[in-house]
Amino acid sequence: MSYIAMTTGFILILIGFYGALTNRNILRMIIAFTVANTGVNLVLVAVGYMRGRTAPILDAAVPVTEAAARIIDPIPQALVLTAIVIGVGVTALMLAFVYKLYATRGSLDISNYTELKW
Amino acid sequence: MIKRLVVLLLLAGIGAIFMSLLLGYTPDNELNLTARYYAEHTAQDIGAANIVTAIIVTYRGLDTLGEVTVLFLTAAIVGLVLAQGRQQNSQRSQRKLPESGELLQTGSLLLTPLILLLGVYVFVNGHLTPGGGFQGGAILASAILLMLLTDPMRHFSHRLISVLESISGLIFITIGVLGIIYAGGFLDNRILPTGSLGQLFSAGVIPIIYSFIGLKVGAEFSSMLVNLSETEGS
Repeated sequence: MSYIAMTTGFILILIGFYGALTNRNILRMIIAFTVANTGVNLVLVAVGYMRGRTAPILDAAVPVTEAAARIIDPIPQALVLTAIVIGVGVTALMLAFVYKLYATRGSLDISNYTELKW
Repeated sequence: MIKRLVVLLLLAGIGAIFMSLLLGYTPDNELNLTARYYAEHTAQDIGAANIVTAIIVTYRGLDTLGEVTVLFLTAAIVGLVLAQGRQQNSQRSQRKLPESGELLQTGSLLLTPLILLLGVYVFVNGHLTPGGGFQGGAILASAILLMLLTDPMRHFSHRLISVLESISGLIFITIGVLGIIYAGGFLDNRILPTGSLGQLFSAGVIPIIYSFIGLKVGAEFSSMLVNLSETEGS
């Protein structure tokens, strides 16, 4: 189960990189980055998964005394929660910058922006 | 053509690294040391039923403060970058848009209060259920998104959004500083009694902190959405 999730995550990262490197349209590149971002999150969550255990929430099904033997690793989940929020912020920033670029140059093609190219 | 070959070679290299990571991975059978500490001590020390919430709000509360700061910075930069273009084009923003459909209008009237209620429920119960401030805030902002979809020219008060955001952030930090005075340290949740596990009023100040994080995140996401939407007319 965790292998399936992890493989999917790695494949999503590769798809995202491929999209970001081959597309010329900046909006498509941003979408490719979010796909890669999702892949990274999926891999991180899969690392914390353990077979036959349950979510790290203490209730009637997971008594406090047995918690250490019944729950999966909570730390990757906390990390991914942070990563998702930061990912949203990065995407919003990229979109705002693209809007600005489009307003100044009237083009979404990355090959028209050569100022920083070497 | 040669460019695409280089890209494919690069991806093959990254893929090989991933492959070796995947083949060398063996799932743990037991929690590691840190996770075991959190699993065993959360109930007595923090009193939160959701261990992920306990980690985010209390054990690693300082990181969450940093995360909220990053989000604030993002919202501020989005506002700054988009505000400059808006002033020049303000006279063109009166472009007439076709009315949105009957279904969307009625549906959004019905759904917006329910979505807001769900968002509040999610962040108030962040210490008990899978949820919390960030998720609840995102749900709140999705209600704003629905209203913007229904009427893209709708005006939202930037002042109200920024006041809500500033006050939430200020209360978050004030509670953190109160932790230094009345409990063990910055963002310590035990300035209120931890209560009994699984109750709504338990886990000290975690529900309060997470509610204000929820409001703050909701306000930040909403301001990003409103800023991006107001470029529509230009």
